[in-house]
Order: sequence, then C-alpha cells, then structure tokens
Amino acid sequence: MSGREAILGKLRNAVGGASDPARQEAVEKRLARPARGLIPARGQLEGEARVALFCQMAEAVTATVARVGKATDVPGAVTHYLRSRNLAPRVRMGADRRLKGMDWASQKSLEVTHGPATPQDEVGVSHAFAGVAETGTVALVSGKDNPTTVNFVPENHIIIVDAKDIAGDLESVISRLRRKYGRGEMPRVLNLVTGPSRSGDIEQTMLLGAHGPRALHLIVVDG
Amino acid sequence: MEVTSPQFKQKSRKALADEQLQRAMGKAKSGFIGKRKKAVEALPEFEALRSSARAIKDHTLAHLDLYLEAYERQVVASGGRVHWAETAEDARRAVLDICRSVGARTVTKGKSMITEEIALNDFLEKEGVRPVETDLGEYIIQLRGEHPSHIIGPALHLNKEQVEEDFRRVHTELPQARDLSQPESLLGEARQILRPQYFQADVGITGANFLIAETGTSIIVTNEGNGDLTQTLPRVHVVVASIEKVVPTLEDASQILRVLARSATGQDMSVYTTFSTGPRRPGDPDGPEEYHVVLLDNGRSSMLGTEFHEMLRCIRCGACMNHCPVYHAVGGHAYGWVYPGPMGAVLTPSLVGVERSGHLPNASTFCGRCESVCPMQIPLPRMMRHWREREFERGLNPATQRFGLGLWAFFARRPKLYRLATSLTIPALSGLGGRRGWFRSLPLAGGWTRHRDLPAPEARTFMQQWRDRDTRKQDGGAA
Repeated sequence: MSGREAILGKLRNAVGGASDPARQEAVEKRLARPARGLIPARGQLEGEARVALFCQMAEAVTATVARVGKATDVPGAVTHYLRSRNLAPRVRMGADRRLKGMDWASQKSLEVTHGPATPQDEVGVSHAFAGVAETGTVALVSGKDNPTTVNFVPENHIIIVDAKDIAGDLESVISRLRRKYGRGEMPRVLNLVTGPSRSGDIEQTMLLGAHGPRALHLIVVDG
Repeated sequence: MEVTSPQFKQKSRKALADEQLQRAMGKAKSGFIGKRKKAVEALPEFEALRSSARAIKDHTLAHLDLYLEAYERQVVASGGRVHWAETAEDARRAVLDICRSVGARTVTKGKSMITEEIALNDFLEKEGVRPVETDLGEYIIQLRGEHPSHIIGPALHLNKEQVEEDFRRVHTELPQARDLSQPESLLGEARQILRPQYFQADVGITGANFLIAETGTSIIVTNEGNGDLTQTLPRVHVVVASIEKVVPTLEDASQILRVLARSATGQDMSVYTTFSTGPRRPGDPDGPEEYHVVLLDNGRSSMLGTEFHEMLRCIRCGACMNHCPVYHAVGGHAYGWVYPGPMGAVLTPSLVGVERSGHLPNASTFCGRCESVCPMQIPLPRMMRHWREREFERGLNPATQRFGLGLWAFFARRPKLYRLATSLTIPALSGLGGRRGWFRSLPLAGGWTRHRDLPAPEARTFMQQWRDRDTRKQDGGAA
C-alpha cells in the first residue's frame, strides 16, 4: 500500500468514511463559495480614511511612505528617495507595464535595469498588485514582468502602490485575485510584505535588515 | 531527533543552575508576554477571531481526508508534485530522492520545525548533501550542533556573547579584530556569510504554515526574508509540511493569519507572508523549476478522533510556551524533543509515545495560562491530564508514587478510617508546625522540602470544621 492510501485510509477511519455524500457536499460547497469570515472594523474603512490608515500602519512597521499626485511623479519621487538615502542612482525592476509606462528618462542620472535581481543590485523597484490598509501590507504578484528576486535580493525596496488598489482587508485582495486569475488559480507567488526584513533572534532585540531588504519605501499614487 | 524526554528532571535541574540560560530566559519571558498583550488589546475583534479560527480548523479536521485530496489535485494541476510520507523515514527518503534527482550538493533551508521533527539535517549530511540553515536563529544553533529551544525563536536560550564566540570560531576567514559586540554586527555578519549560499544551493527547503486546498498553495510566514530567498533562487523548491496544515480556502488562511502573528511575536502581520503555487511558469524570469510537497503524517492521523484530536488545531505560534512558568524556568531543551512547553508536553507523547516521554505531561503547574492565550483555544491542561491518566494506567510512574497513591486510595475508599486517620495526624502535624506554620524539613517529604517549605495544616480537618459550621448554623437558627 502506498503512503498516500495508508494515510488517507487512517484519516477516513477516524472521521467516519469517505463515501458519505454529506461530507463530500460540505467540502465542495466550502471550496466553491469561500466564506469571508470576520473582518475587523479597522479593515472596513472607505476612501481617504482607508489610505491614511494604510500609510499609518506601514509607518508603524518602519516602512517609509511618500504620497504623490499622479503616476508621472513617480520617477522624480524615486530619485528623491535615492538622494535622501545617499544611494547610487541605479535601480532594478521588472518589465511591469505600469512601471514601463513611466518616464524614467526624465531622471537624467538615473540608470534603470530590467529583469531578475542580481547580488550587485542595491535598489529594487516593484509595482504592487494591491495594498491592505488593516495592516499596512503590500501585495506583490509574480509573473513574466514581475521577478520575485527584485522583492528580496536588493538591500532597498521601493514599491509603488496605486491608492485605488488599497483595500481595507486582505479578503478584498483575495477576491480581486480570484477575479483576475480565475477560481482555484493563483499567481506562482503572492508576496504579502509588511515592513522591511527583521530578526529578533539575538536576545529578542528586533533588528532591521536580516536577509531581505533593510529599508522599504512605499510610494502611494493618489491620482 | 533522539528523544531525551525521560531525563526531564535531570535536565531541569541542570537548566536551573545554568547562569547563561537563566539570563537568556529572563529576557525572553518579559518580551513575548508584553508584545502579545499589546497587539491583542489593539484589536477589539481578537477573541471573536480566535473562535472563528478554531471553527475553521475544526471543520477542516472533520473533513481532512477530502481536503488533502482536493489540495493534492490543485498542486498537481499547477505543475507541482506531492509525496505522501507516513513516517519520518519516508519523508527523509522523499527529500533525499529529490536532491539526488538533481545532483544536489548544497541545500538551503528556511526555518521549519517539521524538518527538525524528521531530523532531516543529520540524515542529509550523512548522505553527502550539505544542509545550510538560513534563519538567523537556526544558523546559530546549527553552528553549535544544537536543536531549537523554542519553536519560533530557536536560539532563545543564548546570549549575544555566546553567539559572538561561535561566529569567531567558525568564520575564520574574517578579520580577527572585527567588532562583534552588538547584535547588529552579528546579524550583519550572518547576512554576509549566508548571502552567497542562496545562490549556490541546488535545492531550497521550507516548511509551511498553511496549505490551501482551494488552490494547491503553500504559505510561509516569516520576518527575515531568508525563506523567500531559499525558495526563489535554487532550481528546486521542496516544501515539507504535516497533514494538519491544510485549510480549505484563502479566506480561511486570512482569518487564522490575524491571530497567528499577534499570538507569536505581537506583530499584526509578520513581515513576509508568501503564497507559493507550483513551479516557475512559462515566461517567468525567476523562481524554482520544480516544486515538491512532502506531506508528513508521522502519527498525526492516529490523534484524529481521540482525546488529543484538538491538538491538531495547533498553528505553532509558541504562545503557550511564552506564557508557561515551567518553560520560563527550564527553557526548551529540558523537554528533550522537538516541541517544548505545553504544546510539547501534549504532542511529544502523542507522536513518540507516552512511554518515551517521561515526565512531560507532569511538567505543568496547571495554571491554565497556555489555554487562555492559545489562539486556537486548545485545552492543553486537559490533554496533559489525559496523558497523566494513561501514564498511570500503564504503570509508567515510579513505584514510590504508585505506592503513595495506592495508600491514599485505600483510605479514600474507607471514609470512616480516613476521618479517623486524618483526625489523628492533622492536629499532630499542625502542632509540630508550630507558630511558624510551615516545615523546613519533614521525614518522607524530602522531595518537597529540599526546594521549598511545606505549609503546616490547620489544627482541625476540613470535615471537623464543616461539622462545627453546621452545628453553629443550627444553633443560630434556633435562637
């Protein structure tokens, strides 16, 4: 008997048989119509209150946040951030359509490279799929234009978030994913990022910059 | 990993005398409790979320066979492979076969208690595959040849000076004169040393906090980012997870995530919550080319439907040990297997057998704090009592203890004799106790009085006092 059959057999014995149609039905129903569960009041804000909570929660986990009026302001905001942190004017990003549409050439000294991140990259730039106001979390999805390495390899990570994509709660982001990718489907990787990398493994002292980015900068685009 | 739980008493005695350990545990105790309290107080819905999370797991466990089948279908549909492992040995073999199939020489590892449970590192090393732990705490204890003393803070038992010593001993390629006096410099050095390992590794192994039946997704919840580098850069990603990690839908995982980090570290969300579904897709610029899940039973299916069923709701947050006075006093290693604290006192006898678990079900003051903070409302003290009963039924307690209990039972079954005996001994003990009201030492009670005083009883037995009270009442009623 294979391990699979042995394990499933033991489980069936313990929970009362697989042939019970009521059990089958309960499972199918649950998978077909996922229950949203309890959403905290904090996750149910609307409009500006929601965006403000997102920024406040992100700052509470030591991300930095800048708000700009429109997408065309983003390259300038990136340059400004690099200068303020004394970082070399070089960024790595994927071929994401929303990023590509921005006028990076307007930043004279800024060098933009595309593709997966390498150990030499100091700054990664990503565009978020969504934000979650409840916890100040950013959702990133992988795909041919969005390498996952950009989110983890460089020491500094800049993420662009459209204010209209900021949801109150994670469940709303899940609904959006389901609409985009189809029922039962997921992008290969969904990264929920809440602040920069940290570790408390030495004497419970929380330190930033363990293995992922030491600094996380969010640029929220209002328009 | 070898089970040394029967030596709990000896190990505890050593732990209590270990100054380094006591210093480290002192820091740990205050940190975890305060952080959790603050996070819980900031979310008015926390209690309701606990009930919601519990209901999700109860439903899943009642249909575990069906959800695992649904999960498997979705993993396969997304291009991944599932390897079912009944035992730790099966799981180790499955991982090794995957490593061999790609000629792996180095594997990086994200933090995973399941791979501790199956003692994967020692096995891989013997088979010529070098495992590199990348979580800071796990890396430190790997250098020391130790096991985690806490499920989310593996190096909780250490002080920074000990870590500095280990780094100097192992990282000999770095300049001797470097300053490692601060935790920041230790973290920076670990980052620098481990960075190239991610790029060199052929296989990356992680655990999973959740498996999603709806989509065939595995989720890891971390703070450092090492798990993500581990599973993104090598050619192959292997997830090792136990069968009770499955939940039905993405929404269900979201509910439980709300109580997980708050209970563990007092964060609203951990820094990285990563959902992985299958291998690299056509056109993807990075990510693993192969995605495998090793699904481990290792005794869990035998807990289903028993009085230990509810333990399978555990989401491994560590809140029970963070709030346990016994854990605070002796640390995690005294428990002698993978899982320390109250959850270990229940899980160890369930998974390795009560006869190999020694005193663990007794390593409790029954203060009930573990159950009160458990995000999944697991009745840990009740389950420890169940193990004590089984321990007694199987005659596993020491002879003196069994004799004492037998003697007490003899009297307890004969009330008249019991009352006579107590009415003679209680006043005598009370008299001996004198005005102080306690004993520093007492014949036959050395096991107790060696470490603490024994309170002397009141001058009269409970039954005598009760009779007096009744008499007084009647007198009062008549007046």
